[in-house]
Amino acid sequence: MLIATALGDVGRSLRVSISASLIAMVVGVSAGTVLGLARFRGRRLIATFVYTGMAIPTVVIGLVVALVLWRSGPLGSLGWIYTLKGMVIAQVLIATPLITGITMAAIQALPPELPDQLLALGASRRQFVFRLWVEARVPLLAAVMAGFGHAISEVGAATIVGGNIHDQTRVLTTGIVEDVGKGDFGPALAYGAVLLGFAFLVNALLTSVQQRGAAWANS
Amino acid sequence: MTLRWRAIVGALLAMAAVVVVGCGSSDSGSSSGSAKGTMVMATTTSTRDTGLLDVLVPAFERASDCSVKTVAVGSGQALKLGEQGNADALLVHSPDAEEAFMKAGHGLSRRAVMHNDFVVVGPPGDPAGVARTQSASAAFKRIAAARAPFASRGDDSGTNAKELKIWQSAGVTPQGSWYFKTGQGMGETLTIASQKNAYTLSDRGTFLATKGLDSKILEQGDQALQNYYHVIVVRHSGTNTACAKAFSNWITSPSTQRLIGAFGVKKYGRALFTPDAGS
Repeated sequence: MLIATALGDVGRSLRVSISASLIAMVVGVSAGTVLGLARFRGRRLIATFVYTGMAIPTVVIGLVVALVLWRSGPLGSLGWIYTLKGMVIAQVLIATPLITGITMAAIQALPPELPDQLLALGASRRQFVFRLWVEARVPLLAAVMAGFGHAISEVGAATIVGGNIHDQTRVLTTGIVEDVGKGDFGPALAYGAVLLGFAFLVNALLTSVQQRGAAWANS
Repeated sequence: MTLRWRAIVGALLAMAAVVVVGCGSSDSGSSSGSAKGTMVMATTTSTRDTGLLDVLVPAFERASDCSVKTVAVGSGQALKLGEQGNADALLVHSPDAEEAFMKAGHGLSRRAVMHNDFVVVGPPGDPAGVARTQSASAAFKRIAAARAPFASRGDDSGTNAKELKIWQSAGVTPQGSWYFKTGQGMGETLTIASQKNAYTLSDRGTFLATKGLDSKILEQGDQALQNYYHVIVVRHSGTNTACAKAFSNWITSPSTQRLIGAFGVKKYGRALFTPDAGS
């Protein structure tokens, strides 16, 4: 019973945060690439907004998403409040600025002559962007991992939008808050250890990719 | 200094002494002179969500040399905090658990403070037909029979304990997709229940104090829905027993009981709590 509850919470945490990170990756990497390459009026202002978005408290995002998804809110008819779908939306909004910001910085940090070289070699638009992403793969992976880490570890939006409903929307972080609220420190610590385990796995993956990249560059 | 000045100063001092002594005896009964410092009071979310704490705590701090840190949690955790010595006084409403707490020797004293009542609330349309029932357990039976959504606190709070007791007396073991647990406080659970068109059990005060709800009161007045609050002075080494005792005496004193009886009348048109001390 307890194990089933725990597995359910772990599964929901992973499902919500992985889906949110994947959506945020598509949006964030594309937007970050455009912002990193393009030169247009207002680019700096947008960049400032992106960096501000990286620092928005997750509870604020939770509040806004809840107000929108509320039965009386503009998207209330979807019935997504207190569902995993609602939580994914909130976490996409949490992770996207982070991924966009890091991608933008990574693209700008590429050797300035690289775009010209690629174009001189006759790369198509698609090949051009793809090549840039391959060159910047380590920081891009770091961006997605950072987005995932931020999403799975946050509790404010998950509580407000998800509602911590048992067997439906309870996830690791909201479970920890509830267990501590009941004085059940044992399960709370166990959930904390699981979250820490995820952080370790993510970073191990990132480090191994980084090292392999470095070895490749040296050879 | 002239003789006249001395007389004036002396008279002022005497008056001050009378005032101090007078306040001490009228406000806090046997408030001992050594009661000072910081105390932690663990209490339930209902006393916070209704705003009662915002009235009581400053009044007690004015009447004593104690400063109060309140921790508003479910009654279950409040008792646990007391057991661990992390709270000095408890203001809780989970009678069965409180009696076990006293029996285990964790408390020095337990006194009745006040009561309010629980209400069964649900969607205005009342799909389970709860409003036509005469008792809480009959209402719960209907909800279970209709498999209408029901939001449970599921957090070991006093309200949760009361809810489970009613299910028991209704002879129903609540389970299935219609019965869900929020694991959160009363205000949050009311909001979730309202948004999901679900029934729930709430103390009347928090229901009235929570904004933006569509839910309506559908069952009330049953004797089984009474909600009794007690103040407990924790027995544990390292606790601020002097302040906890002073608080226990103060909250059961006649003037504080009047304050409790008048709370909420202005804002909600009716008292939220009925004083019980001395009864």
